[in-house]
Amino acid sequence: MSKKSSEKLEKSEKTGKTPEKLINKNDVRLDGRKLNELRPAKLEVGILANADGSAYIEQGKNKILAAVYGPKELHPKHLALPDRALLHCRYHMAPFSVQERKSPAPSRREIELSKVIREALEPSIFAEYYPRTSIDIFIEVLQADGGTRCAGITVASLALADAGIPMRDLVSACAAGKVEDHLVLDLTDTEDKAGEADMPLAFMPNFNAITLLQMDGKLTSDEFEQAVNMAVEGCKQMYTLQKEALKAKYLVKEATEE
Amino acid sequence: MTIPAMVVRVKQKRIAELVSHGKRLDERRLDEYRKIQLETGVIERAEGSARIRLGKTEVMVGIKIETGEPFPDTPNEGVLTVNAELVPLASPTFEAGPPDENSIELARIVDRGIRESKAIATEKLCITPGKKVFVVFVDVYVLNHDGNLIDASAMAALAALLNTKMFNYEVKDGEIQVKPGYTQIPIANYPIAVTFAKINDKLVVDPWLEEEQVMDARLTITMDKDSKVCAVQKGGYGYFSKEQILEVAKIAKEKSEELRKILVKS
Repeated sequence: MSKKSSEKLEKSEKTGKTPEKLINKNDVRLDGRKLNELRPAKLEVGILANADGSAYIEQGKNKILAAVYGPKELHPKHLALPDRALLHCRYHMAPFSVQERKSPAPSRREIELSKVIREALEPSIFAEYYPRTSIDIFIEVLQADGGTRCAGITVASLALADAGIPMRDLVSACAAGKVEDHLVLDLTDTEDKAGEADMPLAFMPNFNAITLLQMDGKLTSDEFEQAVNMAVEGCKQMYTLQKEALKAKYLVKEATEE
Repeated sequence: MTIPAMVVRVKQKRIAELVSHGKRLDERRLDEYRKIQLETGVIERAEGSARIRLGKTEVMVGIKIETGEPFPDTPNEGVLTVNAELVPLASPTFEAGPPDENSIELARIVDRGIRESKAIATEKLCITPGKKVFVVFVDVYVLNHDGNLIDASAMAALAALLNTKMFNYEVKDGEIQVKPGYTQIPIANYPIAVTFAKINDKLVVDPWLEEEQVMDARLTITMDKDSKVCAVQKGGYGYFSKEQILEVAKIAKEKSEELRKILVKS
Protein backbone atom coordinates (compact mmCIF):
# COMPACT_ATOMS: atom_id res chain seq x y z
CA MET A 1 0.00 0.00 0.00
CA SER A 2 1.15 3.53 -0.68
CA LYS A 3 2.37 5.88 2.00
CA LYS A 4 -0.90 7.72 2.29
CA SER A 5 -2.79 4.55 2.94
CA SER A 6 -0.96 3.80 6.16
CA GLU A 7 -1.57 7.38 7.22
CA LYS A 8 -5.20 7.09 6.27
CA LEU A 9 -5.54 3.88 8.19
CA GLU A 10 -4.01 5.48 11.18
CA LYS A 11 -6.34 8.42 10.83
CA SER A 12 -9.51 6.67 9.82
CA GLU A 13 -9.92 3.89 12.41
CA LYS A 14 -10.63 5.03 15.96
CA THR A 15 -14.22 5.27 17.01
CA GLY A 16 -15.48 3.44 13.98
CA LYS A 17 -17.51 6.18 12.36
CA THR A 18 -17.55 9.90 12.84
CA PRO A 19 -20.56 11.33 14.63
CA GLU A 20 -22.49 13.88 12.64
CA LYS A 21 -21.76 16.89 14.83
CA LEU A 22 -18.38 17.44 16.46
CA ILE A 23 -19.28 20.81 17.97
CA ASN A 24 -22.77 21.52 19.31
CA LYS A 25 -24.56 24.85 19.11
CA ASN A 26 -23.20 25.94 22.49
CA ASP A 27 -19.65 25.56 21.16
CA VAL A 28 -19.08 22.43 23.22
CA ARG A 29 -17.03 19.66 21.64
CA LEU A 30 -17.74 15.93 21.63
CA ASP A 31 -15.63 15.29 24.71
CA GLY A 32 -17.22 18.22 26.54
CA ARG A 33 -14.38 20.66 26.01
CA LYS A 34 -14.66 24.31 25.08
CA LEU A 35 -13.15 25.42 21.75
CA ASN A 36 -9.93 26.70 23.31
CA GLU A 37 -9.57 24.04 25.98
CA LEU A 38 -6.78 21.47 26.16
CA ARG A 39 -7.46 17.84 26.94
CA PRO A 40 -6.64 16.96 30.55
CA ALA A 41 -2.97 16.02 30.66
CA LYS A 42 -0.87 14.13 33.14
CA LEU A 43 2.90 14.44 32.99
CA GLU A 44 5.44 12.42 34.89
CA VAL A 45 9.22 12.73 34.95
CA GLY A 46 11.87 10.06 35.51
CA ILE A 47 9.99 6.81 35.11
CA LEU A 48 12.42 4.56 33.26
CA ALA A 49 15.37 3.14 35.15
CA ASN A 50 17.88 2.69 32.32
CA ALA A 51 17.48 5.99 30.51
CA ASP A 52 19.50 9.06 31.48
CA GLY A 53 16.25 10.96 31.35
CA SER A 54 12.66 9.93 30.81
CA ALA A 55 9.11 11.19 30.96
CA TYR A 56 5.56 10.07 30.31
CA ILE A 57 2.51 11.93 29.15
CA GLU A 58 -1.16 11.10 29.07
CA GLN A 59 -3.15 13.68 27.20
CA GLY A 60 -6.69 12.58 26.54
CA LYS A 61 -6.23 9.07 25.17
CA ASN A 62 -2.66 9.74 24.07
CA LYS A 63 -0.11 7.76 26.05
CA ILE A 64 3.49 8.55 25.15
CA LEU A 65 6.86 7.66 26.64
CA ALA A 66 10.09 9.51 25.98
CA ALA A 67 13.62 8.56 26.91
CA VAL A 68 16.95 10.34 26.47
CA TYR A 69 20.39 8.77 26.37
CA GLY A 70 23.48 10.92 26.31
CA PRO A 71 25.51 12.93 25.74
CA LYS A 72 27.50 9.84 24.85
CA GLU A 73 30.12 8.62 22.45
CA LEU A 74 28.90 8.54 18.88
CA HIS A 75 28.93 5.52 16.60
CA PRO A 76 29.88 5.51 13.81
CA LYS A 77 32.48 8.10 14.70
CA HIS A 78 32.68 9.80 11.32
CA LEU A 79 29.22 11.25 11.89
CA ALA A 80 30.48 13.28 14.86
CA LEU A 81 30.23 17.05 14.59
CA PRO A 82 33.38 18.95 15.57
CA ASP A 83 31.56 21.81 17.26
CA ARG A 84 28.37 20.35 18.72
CA ALA A 85 26.51 17.27 19.81
CA LEU A 86 24.60 15.36 17.18
CA LEU A 87 20.96 15.09 18.05
CA HIS A 88 19.25 11.89 17.09
CA CYS A 89 15.51 11.50 17.40
CA ARG A 90 13.19 8.59 16.76
CA TYR A 91 9.44 9.03 16.88
CA HIS A 92 7.81 5.66 16.74
CA MET A 93 4.31 4.30 17.13
CA ALA A 94 3.66 0.97 18.78
CA PRO A 95 1.82 -1.51 16.55
CA PHE A 96 -1.04 -1.56 19.07
CA SER A 97 -1.29 2.22 19.43
CA VAL A 98 -3.96 2.59 16.77
CA GLN A 99 -7.17 0.75 15.87
CA GLU A 100 -5.75 -1.24 12.98
CA ARG A 101 -2.33 -2.69 13.77
CA LYS A 102 0.47 -0.52 12.47
CA SER A 103 3.53 -2.23 11.07
CA PRO A 104 6.44 -1.63 13.44
CA ALA A 105 8.72 -0.64 10.55
CA PRO A 106 9.13 3.16 10.42
CA SER A 107 6.62 4.68 7.99
CA ARG A 108 7.35 7.74 5.89
CA ARG A 109 5.23 9.73 8.29
CA GLU A 110 7.32 8.60 11.26
CA ILE A 111 10.55 9.43 9.45
CA GLU A 112 9.32 12.93 8.69
CA LEU A 113 8.05 13.44 12.23
CA SER A 114 11.35 12.25 13.70
CA LYS A 115 13.05 14.96 11.65
CA VAL A 116 10.70 17.83 12.53
CA ILE A 117 10.63 16.85 16.22
CA ARG A 118 14.43 16.84 16.31
CA GLU A 119 14.42 20.28 14.71
CA ALA A 120 11.81 21.45 17.23
CA LEU A 121 13.93 20.36 20.21
CA GLU A 122 17.37 21.33 18.95
CA PRO A 123 16.96 25.13 19.46
CA SER A 124 16.39 24.49 23.17
CA ILE A 125 19.59 22.49 23.71
CA PHE A 126 23.10 23.80 24.32
CA ALA A 127 24.45 21.23 21.86
CA GLU A 128 27.69 23.22 21.55
CA TYR A 129 28.62 22.14 25.12
CA TYR A 130 29.16 18.56 23.99
CA PRO A 131 31.06 18.45 20.70
CA ARG A 132 31.63 15.05 19.04
CA THR A 133 28.96 13.34 21.14
CA SER A 134 25.42 12.27 20.46
CA ILE A 135 22.19 12.84 22.34
CA ASP A 136 19.54 10.25 21.54
CA ILE A 137 15.86 10.98 22.00
CA PHE A 138 13.34 8.15 21.74
CA ILE A 139 9.63 8.79 21.62
CA GLU A 140 7.31 5.80 21.77
CA VAL A 141 3.64 6.38 21.16
CA LEU A 142 1.85 3.66 23.13
CA GLN A 143 -1.61 4.90 22.31
CA ALA A 144 -2.52 7.57 19.79
CA ASP A 145 -5.50 9.89 19.61
CA GLY A 146 -4.41 12.90 17.58
CA GLY A 147 -1.70 15.42 18.39
CA THR A 148 0.94 12.80 19.13
CA ARG A 149 3.79 14.80 17.64
CA CYS A 150 2.97 17.72 19.94
CA ALA A 151 2.60 15.55 23.03
CA GLY A 152 5.79 13.79 21.93
CA ILE A 153 7.73 17.06 21.84
CA THR A 154 6.34 18.16 25.20
CA VAL A 155 7.30 14.89 26.86
CA ALA A 156 10.69 14.61 25.11
CA SER A 157 11.61 18.08 26.33
CA LEU A 158 10.91 16.92 29.89
CA ALA A 159 13.03 13.82 29.34
CA LEU A 160 15.89 16.03 28.15
CA ALA A 161 15.57 18.14 31.29
CA ASP A 162 15.45 14.96 33.39
CA ALA A 163 18.67 13.81 31.73
CA GLY A 164 20.29 17.01 32.98
CA ILE A 165 21.08 18.31 29.55
CA PRO A 166 21.64 22.09 29.63
CA MET A 167 18.70 23.79 27.98
CA ARG A 168 17.70 27.34 27.13
CA ASP A 169 14.05 26.62 27.82
CA LEU A 170 11.55 23.81 27.77
CA VAL A 171 9.76 23.21 24.48
CA SER A 172 6.00 22.96 24.75
CA ALA A 173 3.78 21.91 21.89
CA CYS A 174 0.13 22.04 21.05
CA ALA A 175 -1.99 21.99 17.91
CA ALA A 176 -4.72 24.35 16.81
CA GLY A 177 -7.02 23.69 13.91
CA LYS A 178 -10.36 24.22 12.29
CA VAL A 179 -13.32 21.93 12.82
CA GLU A 180 -16.80 22.60 11.48
CA ASP A 181 -15.86 26.20 10.78
CA HIS A 182 -14.64 26.79 14.36
CA LEU A 183 -11.03 27.31 15.37
CA VAL A 184 -10.24 24.80 18.10
CA LEU A 185 -7.31 23.85 20.31
CA ASP A 186 -5.72 20.42 20.76
CA LEU A 187 -7.58 18.31 18.20
CA THR A 188 -8.42 14.69 18.85
CA ASP A 189 -7.97 12.17 16.09
CA THR A 190 -11.66 12.33 15.17
CA GLU A 191 -11.54 16.13 14.98
CA ASP A 192 -8.35 16.08 12.95
CA LYS A 193 -9.78 13.58 10.51
CA ALA A 194 -13.12 15.31 10.03
CA GLY A 195 -11.81 18.85 10.44
CA GLU A 196 -10.73 21.38 7.86
CA ALA A 197 -7.23 22.09 9.15
CA ASP A 198 -4.67 20.96 11.70
CA MET A 199 -1.67 23.01 12.75
CA PRO A 200 0.85 21.59 15.22
CA LEU A 201 3.11 24.19 16.81
CA ALA A 202 6.01 23.99 19.28
CA PHE A 203 7.08 26.97 21.33
CA MET A 204 9.78 28.08 23.77
CA PRO A 205 7.84 30.54 25.95
CA ASN A 206 10.82 32.46 27.33
CA PHE A 207 12.17 33.21 23.86
CA ASN A 208 8.94 33.79 21.94
CA ALA A 209 10.43 31.15 19.66
CA ILE A 210 8.34 28.88 17.47
CA THR A 211 10.43 25.78 16.87
CA LEU A 212 7.93 23.66 14.98
CA LEU A 213 5.16 24.73 12.70
CA GLN A 214 3.29 22.51 10.31
CA MET A 215 -0.14 22.78 8.82
CA ASP A 216 -2.39 20.91 6.51
CA GLY A 217 -5.89 21.83 5.49
CA LYS A 218 -7.20 25.20 4.48
CA LEU A 219 -7.13 28.43 6.43
CA THR A 220 -7.53 32.05 5.38
CA SER A 221 -4.71 34.41 6.39
CA ASP A 222 -6.82 35.71 9.28
CA GLU A 223 -7.66 32.23 10.52
CA PHE A 224 -4.00 31.29 10.21
CA GLU A 225 -3.01 34.20 12.44
CA GLN A 226 -5.70 33.36 15.01
CA ALA A 227 -4.72 29.69 14.97
CA VAL A 228 -1.06 30.59 15.60
CA ASN A 229 -2.11 32.75 18.56
CA MET A 230 -4.39 30.05 19.89
CA ALA A 231 -1.72 27.34 19.64
CA VAL A 232 0.84 29.58 21.35
CA GLU A 233 -1.58 30.08 24.27
CA GLY A 234 -2.09 26.32 24.42
CA CYS A 235 1.69 25.81 24.54
CA LYS A 236 1.92 28.21 27.49
CA GLN A 237 -0.57 26.07 29.40
CA MET A 238 1.43 22.93 28.60
CA TYR A 239 4.53 24.78 29.81
CA THR A 240 2.94 25.24 33.24
CA LEU A 241 2.18 21.51 33.39
CA GLN A 242 5.74 20.68 32.38
CA LYS A 243 7.20 22.85 35.12
CA GLU A 244 4.88 21.26 37.67
CA ALA A 245 5.97 17.79 36.57
CA LEU A 246 9.64 18.71 37.01
CA LYS A 247 8.93 20.25 40.39
CA ALA A 248 6.99 17.17 41.44
CA LYS A 249 10.09 15.08 40.90
CA TYR A 250 12.88 17.40 41.95
CA LEU A 251 11.54 20.14 44.21
CA VAL A 252 9.25 18.09 46.45
CA LYS A 253 11.86 15.41 47.10
CA GLU A 254 14.30 18.03 48.33
CA ALA A 255 11.73 19.37 50.73
CA THR A 256 10.99 15.97 52.24
CA GLU A 257 14.65 15.23 52.80
CA GLU A 258 15.07 18.18 55.14
CA MET B 1 34.85 19.47 -6.25
CA THR B 2 35.76 19.98 -2.63
CA ILE B 3 35.90 23.48 -1.36
CA PRO B 4 38.28 24.00 1.56
CA ALA B 5 36.27 24.45 4.77
CA MET B 6 37.89 27.82 5.47
CA VAL B 7 36.65 29.36 2.23
CA VAL B 8 33.14 28.11 2.93
CA ARG B 9 33.15 29.62 6.42
CA VAL B 10 34.40 32.98 5.11
CA LYS B 11 31.80 33.01 2.38
CA GLN B 12 29.06 32.02 4.80
CA LYS B 13 30.03 34.88 7.08
CA ARG B 14 29.87 37.25 4.11
CA ILE B 15 26.40 35.99 3.12
CA ALA B 16 25.10 36.50 6.64
CA GLU B 17 26.59 40.00 6.90
CA LEU B 18 25.10 41.06 3.59
CA VAL B 19 21.67 39.79 4.53
CA SER B 20 21.67 41.81 7.73
CA HIS B 21 22.17 44.87 5.50
CA GLY B 22 19.29 43.80 3.27
CA LYS B 23 21.54 42.53 0.48
CA ARG B 24 22.42 39.15 -1.00
CA LEU B 25 25.57 37.75 -2.51
CA ASP B 26 23.85 37.15 -5.84
CA GLU B 27 22.46 40.70 -5.78
CA ARG B 28 18.84 39.69 -5.41
CA ARG B 29 16.46 41.56 -3.15
CA LEU B 30 15.50 39.69 0.02
CA ASP B 31 12.08 38.92 -1.45
CA GLU B 32 13.21 38.15 -4.97
CA TYR B 33 13.12 34.73 -6.63
CA ARG B 34 15.83 33.48 -8.92
CA LYS B 35 15.07 33.28 -12.62
CA ILE B 36 12.50 30.61 -13.38
CA GLN B 37 12.62 28.64 -16.61
CA LEU B 38 9.94 26.09 -17.21
CA GLU B 39 9.46 23.44 -19.89
CA THR B 40 6.55 21.06 -19.97
CA GLY B 41 5.93 17.82 -21.81
CA VAL B 42 9.62 16.92 -21.76
CA ILE B 43 9.09 13.17 -21.31
CA GLU B 44 6.80 11.66 -23.92
CA ARG B 45 6.43 8.34 -22.11
CA ALA B 46 4.97 10.04 -19.04
CA GLU B 47 1.35 11.18 -18.94
CA GLY B 48 2.62 14.57 -17.83
CA SER B 49 6.01 16.10 -17.18
CA ALA B 50 7.82 19.32 -16.47
CA ARG B 51 11.36 20.49 -15.96
CA ILE B 52 12.04 23.61 -13.96
CA ARG B 53 15.18 25.63 -13.54
CA LEU B 54 15.15 27.90 -10.53
CA GLY B 55 18.50 29.61 -10.86
CA LYS B 56 20.84 26.61 -10.95
CA THR B 57 18.42 24.30 -9.15
CA GLU B 58 16.90 21.84 -11.59
CA VAL B 59 13.99 19.55 -10.91
CA MET B 60 12.06 17.26 -13.21
CA VAL B 61 8.65 15.88 -12.41
CA GLY B 62 7.01 13.01 -14.24
CA ILE B 63 3.39 11.97 -13.81
CA LYS B 64 2.30 8.39 -14.37
CA ILE B 65 -1.27 7.21 -14.10
CA GLU B 66 -2.28 3.67 -13.29
CA THR B 67 -5.36 1.97 -11.92
CA GLY B 68 -5.55 0.79 -8.36
CA GLU B 69 -7.73 0.46 -5.30
CA PRO B 70 -9.15 3.49 -3.50
CA PHE B 71 -8.67 4.07 0.23
CA PRO B 72 -11.51 2.56 2.28
CA ASP B 73 -12.56 5.99 3.62
CA THR B 74 -12.64 7.65 0.19
CA PRO B 75 -14.12 4.94 -2.07
CA ASN B 76 -15.13 7.41 -4.79
CA GLU B 77 -11.83 9.23 -5.15
CA GLY B 78 -8.69 8.68 -7.14
CA VAL B 79 -5.41 8.33 -5.27
CA LEU B 80 -2.46 10.71 -5.21
CA THR B 81 1.06 9.46 -4.48
CA VAL B 82 4.06 11.74 -4.33
CA ASN B 83 7.60 10.47 -4.21
CA ALA B 84 10.86 12.39 -4.37
CA GLU B 85 14.27 11.13 -5.39
CA LEU B 86 17.41 13.04 -4.51
CA VAL B 87 19.45 11.29 -7.18
CA PRO B 88 23.22 11.18 -6.67
CA LEU B 89 23.95 13.03 -9.90
CA ALA B 90 22.32 16.17 -8.44
CA SER B 91 24.80 16.88 -5.66
CA PRO B 92 27.96 15.45 -4.09
CA THR B 93 26.01 15.21 -0.84
CA PHE B 94 23.29 12.91 -2.24
CA GLU B 95 23.80 9.19 -1.94
CA ALA B 96 22.09 6.34 -3.71
CA GLY B 97 19.81 4.19 -1.65
CA PRO B 98 16.37 4.21 -0.09
CA PRO B 99 14.81 7.65 0.46
CA ASP B 100 16.30 9.44 3.45
CA GLU B 101 14.47 11.86 5.73
CA ASN B 102 15.19 14.80 3.44
CA SER B 103 13.62 13.26 0.37
CA ILE B 104 10.68 11.96 2.41
CA GLU B 105 10.11 15.41 3.87
CA LEU B 106 10.35 17.00 0.42
CA ALA B 107 7.82 14.56 -1.03
CA ARG B 108 5.45 15.03 1.86
CA ILE B 109 5.52 18.84 1.62
CA VAL B 110 4.75 18.67 -2.11
CA ASP B 111 2.08 16.05 -1.37
CA ARG B 112 0.37 18.19 1.28
CA GLY B 113 0.23 21.20 -1.04
CA ILE B 114 -1.46 19.23 -3.83
CA ARG B 115 -3.67 17.18 -1.51
CA GLU B 116 -4.88 19.85 0.89
CA SER B 117 -5.58 22.43 -1.82
CA LYS B 118 -7.47 19.70 -3.69
CA ALA B 119 -5.46 20.53 -6.79
CA ILE B 120 -6.50 17.29 -8.49
CA ALA B 121 -10.25 16.74 -8.70
CA THR B 122 -9.81 13.16 -7.45
CA GLU B 123 -13.57 12.54 -7.38
CA LYS B 124 -13.43 12.56 -11.17
CA LEU B 125 -10.83 9.78 -11.19
CA CYS B 126 -13.12 7.03 -9.92
CA ILE B 127 -13.77 4.02 -12.18
CA THR B 128 -15.78 1.65 -9.96
CA PRO B 129 -16.60 3.05 -6.48
CA GLY B 130 -14.75 1.18 -3.75
CA LYS B 131 -13.02 -1.07 -6.26
CA LYS B 132 -11.10 0.68 -8.94
CA VAL B 133 -9.80 4.23 -9.30
CA PHE B 134 -6.98 6.00 -11.08
CA VAL B 135 -3.77 6.46 -9.10
CA VAL B 136 -1.75 9.54 -9.96
CA PHE B 137 1.95 9.09 -9.30
CA VAL B 138 3.90 12.33 -8.98
CA ASP B 139 7.60 11.55 -9.11
CA VAL B 140 9.91 14.40 -8.22
CA TYR B 141 13.38 13.96 -9.63
CA VAL B 142 16.02 16.42 -8.45
CA LEU B 143 18.67 16.90 -11.14
CA ASN B 144 20.78 19.70 -9.70
CA HIS B 145 20.69 20.88 -6.12
CA ASP B 146 21.37 24.55 -5.64
CA GLY B 147 18.92 25.25 -2.85
CA ASN B 148 15.16 25.62 -2.36
CA LEU B 149 14.22 22.20 -3.68
CA ILE B 150 10.80 22.55 -2.06
CA ASP B 151 9.55 25.47 -4.14
CA ALA B 152 11.13 24.15 -7.33
CA SER B 153 9.60 20.69 -6.80
CA ALA B 154 6.16 22.06 -5.92
CA MET B 155 6.14 24.28 -9.00
CA ALA B 156 7.37 21.51 -11.27
CA ALA B 157 4.75 19.15 -9.85
CA LEU B 158 1.95 21.61 -10.54
CA ALA B 159 3.29 22.38 -14.01
CA ALA B 160 3.48 18.66 -14.75
CA LEU B 161 -0.07 18.08 -13.53
CA LEU B 162 -1.29 20.93 -15.72
CA ASN B 163 0.37 19.12 -18.58
CA THR B 164 -1.01 15.67 -17.79
CA LYS B 165 -3.15 14.04 -20.43
CA MET B 166 -4.96 10.79 -19.95
CA PHE B 167 -6.41 8.52 -22.63
CA ASN B 168 -10.16 8.80 -23.13
CA TYR B 169 -12.12 5.85 -21.83
CA GLU B 170 -15.50 4.55 -20.97
CA VAL B 171 -16.40 2.05 -18.28
CA LYS B 172 -18.20 -1.13 -19.34
CA ASP B 173 -18.98 -3.71 -16.63
CA GLY B 174 -16.28 -2.27 -14.42
CA GLU B 175 -13.68 -2.58 -17.18
CA ILE B 176 -12.02 0.32 -18.91
CA GLN B 177 -12.46 0.60 -22.66
CA VAL B 178 -9.93 2.89 -24.22
CA LYS B 179 -11.29 5.36 -26.71
CA PRO B 180 -9.32 7.50 -29.13
CA GLY B 181 -7.91 10.82 -28.01
CA TYR B 182 -6.54 12.30 -24.81
CA THR B 183 -7.96 14.64 -22.18
CA GLN B 184 -6.28 16.87 -19.61
CA ILE B 185 -6.74 15.46 -16.08
CA PRO B 186 -9.09 17.61 -13.98
CA ILE B 187 -7.16 20.29 -12.07
CA ALA B 188 -9.17 22.29 -9.54
CA ASN B 189 -6.57 24.37 -7.72
CA TYR B 190 -3.07 25.81 -8.11
CA PRO B 191 -1.03 25.48 -4.92
CA ILE B 192 2.26 27.36 -4.78
CA ALA B 193 4.94 26.83 -2.13
CA VAL B 194 6.97 29.82 -0.97
CA THR B 195 10.04 29.11 1.16
CA PHE B 196 11.84 31.54 3.42
CA ALA B 197 15.18 31.23 5.14
CA LYS B 198 15.97 33.00 8.37
CA ILE B 199 19.49 34.39 8.27
CA ASN B 200 20.75 36.76 10.98
CA ASP B 201 17.14 37.21 12.09
CA LYS B 202 16.12 38.44 8.62
CA LEU B 203 13.81 36.68 6.21
CA VAL B 204 15.04 35.77 2.75
CA VAL B 205 12.89 34.27 0.05
CA ASP B 206 14.03 31.41 -2.27
CA PRO B 207 17.35 30.61 -0.54
CA TRP B 208 20.05 29.15 -2.76
CA LEU B 209 22.36 26.41 -1.52
CA GLU B 210 24.92 28.58 0.27
CA GLU B 211 22.20 30.57 1.96
CA GLU B 212 20.66 27.30 3.13
CA GLN B 213 24.02 26.40 4.63
CA VAL B 214 24.02 29.55 6.79
CA MET B 215 20.32 29.77 7.58
CA ASP B 216 19.03 29.17 11.10
CA ALA B 217 15.71 27.80 9.93
CA ARG B 218 13.37 27.72 6.99
CA LEU B 219 9.63 28.07 6.67
CA THR B 220 7.52 27.00 3.72
CA ILE B 221 3.98 28.25 3.24
CA THR B 222 1.87 26.77 0.46
CA MET B 223 -1.02 28.92 -0.72
CA ASP B 224 -3.89 27.99 -2.97
CA LYS B 225 -5.48 30.06 -5.72
CA ASP B 226 -7.73 31.88 -3.22
CA SER B 227 -4.69 32.81 -1.09
CA LYS B 228 -5.69 30.33 1.59
CA VAL B 229 -2.88 28.70 3.52
CA CYS B 230 -3.02 25.00 2.72
CA ALA B 231 0.30 23.67 4.01
CA VAL B 232 3.08 24.90 6.27
CA GLN B 233 6.41 23.35 7.20
CA LYS B 234 9.19 24.65 9.37
CA GLY B 235 12.60 23.08 8.98
CA GLY B 236 16.11 23.56 10.26
CA TYR B 237 17.60 23.85 13.72
CA GLY B 238 16.52 27.40 14.53
CA TYR B 239 13.22 29.04 15.31
CA PHE B 240 10.90 31.84 14.22
CA SER B 241 9.17 34.45 16.32
CA LYS B 242 5.41 34.69 16.07
CA GLU B 243 5.74 38.05 14.34
CA GLN B 244 8.10 36.58 11.74
CA ILE B 245 5.64 33.81 10.96
CA LEU B 246 2.84 36.28 10.36
CA GLU B 247 5.15 38.37 8.17
CA VAL B 248 6.08 35.26 6.21
CA ALA B 249 2.38 34.54 5.61
CA LYS B 250 1.91 38.05 4.27
CA ILE B 251 4.86 37.96 1.85
CA ALA B 252 3.98 34.41 0.80
CA LYS B 253 0.62 35.66 -0.38
CA GLU B 254 2.18 38.19 -2.79
CA LYS B 255 4.88 35.82 -3.96
CA SER B 256 2.54 32.90 -4.57
CA GLU B 257 0.32 35.09 -6.74
CA GLU B 258 3.37 36.23 -8.70
CA LEU B 259 4.63 32.67 -9.22
CA ARG B 260 1.20 31.32 -10.09
CA LYS B 261 1.00 33.74 -13.00
CA ILE B 262 4.25 32.38 -14.44
CA LEU B 263 3.12 28.79 -14.03
CA VAL B 264 -0.44 28.79 -15.10
CA LYS B 265 0.16 30.71 -18.33
CA SER B 266 2.92 28.39 -19.57
